[in-house]
Amino acid sequence: MKSYNLTHLEELEAEAIYILREVASQFEKPALLFSGGKDSIVVAHMARKAFWPAKIPFPLVHIDTGHNFTETIEFRDDFVQKIGANLIVGSVQQSINEGKVVEEKGFNASRNALQTVTLLDTIEQYKFDCAIGGARRDEEKARAKERFFSHRDEFGQWDPKNQRPELWNIFNGRKDMGEHFRVFPISNWTEMDVWQYILKENIEIPSIYLAHQREVFIREGVIMSTSSFIQQRDNEVTTNMQVRFRTIGDATCTGAVESNADSIEKIIEEVAVARTTERGTRSDDKRSEAAMEDRKKQGYF
Amino acid sequence: MENSTTKNETSSYLDMELLRFSTAGSVDDGKSTLIGRLLYDSKSIFADQYEAIEETSRRKGDENVNLALLTDGLRAEREQGITIDVAYRYFATPKRKFIIADTPGHIQYTRNMVTGASTSNLSIILVDARQGVVEQTCRHTFISSLLGIPHVVFCINKMDLVDYSEDVFEKIKKDLEAFSSKLEVRDIHFVPISALKGDNVVNKSENMSWYQGSTLMYLLENIHIGSDYNHVDCRFPVQYVVRPQLDEFHDFRGYSGRIAGGIFKKGDEVVVLPSGFSSKIKSIHIYNNEIEEAFSPMSVTMTLEDDIDISRGDMIVRENNQPNASQDLDLMVCWLNDKPMINGGKYALKHTTNDARCIIKEVKYKVNINTLHRIEDDKVINTNDIARITIRTTRPLLFDKYSRNRITGSLILINEATNETVGAAMIV
Repeated sequence: MKSYNLTHLEELEAEAIYILREVASQFEKPALLFSGGKDSIVVAHMARKAFWPAKIPFPLVHIDTGHNFTETIEFRDDFVQKIGANLIVGSVQQSINEGKVVEEKGFNASRNALQTVTLLDTIEQYKFDCAIGGARRDEEKARAKERFFSHRDEFGQWDPKNQRPELWNIFNGRKDMGEHFRVFPISNWTEMDVWQYILKENIEIPSIYLAHQREVFIREGVIMSTSSFIQQRDNEVTTNMQVRFRTIGDATCTGAVESNADSIEKIIEEVAVARTTERGTRSDDKRSEAAMEDRKKQGYF
Repeated sequence: MENSTTKNETSSYLDMELLRFSTAGSVDDGKSTLIGRLLYDSKSIFADQYEAIEETSRRKGDENVNLALLTDGLRAEREQGITIDVAYRYFATPKRKFIIADTPGHIQYTRNMVTGASTSNLSIILVDARQGVVEQTCRHTFISSLLGIPHVVFCINKMDLVDYSEDVFEKIKKDLEAFSSKLEVRDIHFVPISALKGDNVVNKSENMSWYQGSTLMYLLENIHIGSDYNHVDCRFPVQYVVRPQLDEFHDFRGYSGRIAGGIFKKGDEVVVLPSGFSSKIKSIHIYNNEIEEAFSPMSVTMTLEDDIDISRGDMIVRENNQPNASQDLDLMVCWLNDKPMINGGKYALKHTTNDARCIIKEVKYKVNINTLHRIEDDKVINTNDIARITIRTTRPLLFDKYSRNRITGSLILINEATNETVGAAMIV
């Protein structure tokens, strides 16, 4: 007898595509937050599938800290051109120039937190009523309680204690003027699911996810890429290592891992035996126990 | 050559299934220990996560590592030492990926369990072997049944504390069978375990040779979930209409959505509701891939032979198997909001891909979820109450009974002033 079962990846994909179509139906002006990282690439890939043969009916929005890895930006521009999407770039540099935010100083200076202001400004400027993101519940503990459809008030704030219950596959995107939603289609995916899906669907990703030789230095146990955006201390010696990145964020707060995984298959094997979470390489989460929750409440991704 | 070996090692994931299950219980019935064991043994807790919660537990003076800290990520939860919300946890074995909806035992108990149960294939109900069936056990079982969870696994826990006694297990099993017979649960299992010692969780117990059944992990990995979705009654709620403004697809008019029931095949005669027009399925697509048939819960795009006016909220079905269409509905509602339900009040509602409004016409009774008794003299519906009500909607809904189809049989009520989701309802 023929079996009518979906595999776990097919079911996760069906769920995410359903959510993307709900967004297109329930909101007037949605946007897809696209960082060039693997999670947002997977979401964008499914958006293509969801609306085929039409193009993705909303723009991609990149909040650019100006401190990105070159490879990420090149990939982004190439990707957007290939799928014929409309790209909007919100620039943190511009927010700094306009005096809306002040750049951090010192060795650990990062523009990561500044992104929130630029993000909210971009949402306001283009009157987006929904921003789709690639966040996953398994990534970080403040994200574990996040809804698929997450309400934001007129200041872009998240109220984690007062979230709407979400039942079955019914999503309540009702809101007042000036409010918006963040929607996370891959909430139920793990890092492993994402890599398996990338392999299955043969999705292109930025080269820095794969093992490569790189000039790096060690800071507080984290392997950081040398870069003109980071001030190195005198005792932080530059060396060459075979590394890859498990997440791609701002170059100032994203660490690399030593790895020989130069193919997606090898990455999957590596993830299968990994003993630390992927955000273990993110110094932005290490600022305090509730670093992510605090940033999210203010309107962070 | 090298490529093909790598392929074999990594391709087993292409056969994995997804099982969603919910757990419910209070702090001391061993739920955290059980989940902890499942996560440890499947290597789903990472070293940095474990070190972080170990450190926090030590600082707070807890004797054991408190696993709730893994997902109780909100500051308020940590400060008060309570779980506010449903916590979703993930783990996988080579056979299946699991999503656990872990619901807290005390605060907002009903609301959280109903939420977690709404998407579950399976419910794990923990029973303390020393105490047997208590109020909480009945409550868990009732909600699992109400939410139509297809499989219920009773784990009789702490068997190590009753000398692994077969008599104790059999007595509890009998009590549970008696209670469950009053409810609609399709598939029930009983497993004697010790979450702490590991008996019958992942590995078969050496202390209970009298038990011939499966371990919990074996059940989780092997229980047949293929029939959990309705593959009989064809229901395709239209979610989105695709009309590409492209030369290549000039005449393409696709109806996208997630199949809520049944199996649709290319060439099938179908009827579009509510208009009643008939047509034939011309093609079914997932992306640029044309497929021969599609079944629940796939997300697909269909095209029809005839040019019919179809929009979001319509439903594509088979002519000889149609859903109910009515403005008057009987519901079991679980109230989710701090403001009581207003009898005679108006609410917005969402059902499949449809939006409508409704008026609460009558509260028939409330259910005492511990005893299953009907309460007919108190009709104030507060948060966490479960009640039988009737509503009238602004226009006919296309629905099935919840017991027949969890997608076309469920709806939510929304407060029109605050936009909050205030009620979860199952159509009776």
